[in-house]
Amino acid sequence: MRLHFSVFIIASVTLLVAGRTHAQMKPWNNSGVGLSGLSEPPKGPSGPAPRRDLSGIWDAGPGGIQPTGYDVAALFTPLGEKMAKANKPGNGPRIADVSEDNDPLSTLGDPAGFPRILLYELRPFQIVQTANQVLMLYMFEKRWRVIWTDGRELPKDPDPRWYGYSVGRWEDDYTLVVQSFGLDDRTWLDNAGNPHSASMRVEERYHRIDGETLALTVTLEDPLIYTKPWTPLNKLPIRLMPNDTDLMEMVPSASEALAYRKEIASQAKTK
Amino acid sequence: MKKILFDILGAAALLLVSVPLLAHHGAAALDTGKEITLKGTVTEWIWSNPHCFLKFDANDGTGTVRNWAVETQSPTSMTPRGWSRMSFKAGDEVTVTIEPVKNGQPIGRILHVILPNGQKLIAANPTTPESRPVAPVPVQ
Repeated sequence: MRLHFSVFIIASVTLLVAGRTHAQMKPWNNSGVGLSGLSEPPKGPSGPAPRRDLSGIWDAGPGGIQPTGYDVAALFTPLGEKMAKANKPGNGPRIADVSEDNDPLSTLGDPAGFPRILLYELRPFQIVQTANQVLMLYMFEKRWRVIWTDGRELPKDPDPRWYGYSVGRWEDDYTLVVQSFGLDDRTWLDNAGNPHSASMRVEERYHRIDGETLALTVTLEDPLIYTKPWTPLNKLPIRLMPNDTDLMEMVPSASEALAYRKEIASQAKTK
Repeated sequence: MKKILFDILGAAALLLVSVPLLAHHGAAALDTGKEITLKGTVTEWIWSNPHCFLKFDANDGTGTVRNWAVETQSPTSMTPRGWSRMSFKAGDEVTVTIEPVKNGQPIGRILHVILPNGQKLIAANPTTPESRPVAPVPVQ
């Protein structure tokens, strides 16, 4: 059985690699693997993982893009269920007609916010480390986050922000654990319209497997909305891209979102 | 040996279905599985997020010329397929194969386009029941 599973995994990886050997890196405007899976660049440097170093340009490929969101209705508290019903998503198990869609990202041009930027469009991103920060620079939205690694505590009663407040510490030489709090509850968790409260706490674990692979695990704890913590991303594999990769912009602007709704979405309604 | 072959085919199937069709909204409005091909004249090509869309005038088969608006995925997903902001200009004569919406409006999703020079630009595979993405395999 184990051999059976191993062959399956090896075959998956082989096909992924084989499908990408025709890809060529361009000097500008690389999109990463994205939805098409056609453009993964050559592998980055291989070998053992460097100590306490996540710097580089990373791509989770199609695995980073979750258009249908997560089916977590069984975890809702009564308040969570009430909030979820008010959200009319364009995808996922509670998909609404396009005429009712009230996704703040795709209908208003609001920021994806955190952690939706991880749970919906984790397109390629760059990690930069300074003496007291880890910076996350995301291709999607051309947005950044600051993770403080100077030992400070998270604020106790912060003014909520779209991307919250984050602190990180090295659990060991290869694992950065990030805690976030103070998240604006206007944002959705994902494309399925799953809600969260402003008191949600998020843990990200970035474990460096080797020179070219990260594994990302994200756990959410929000007892107002969910009856227990849950883990939308469990060891998501993320690959290192060459350090000269220039990334495209992927900015979901309000004007473009409105034009799309006017020309396409509002005309496609089924009721 | 058969088991190994099965694994390889299974992995190939997983890869195929793990590529989602539309990034931010579902295909519920589409008459999935139905394909129509239209010959028309480009009026506008909008290269934008969350989806690009092509507008063109075409006869719908009943003698009526309608202005169609048909979408693709985002620029980041179309670029690796050879599409660009410069793929079309107003006045281009194109042949467009789409999945239309259910409600009869001149709206749909592009499957492929044949350009004036004969080049074929592929946008998507037809929708299948297996189009839901599969969760990635965790690394050990």
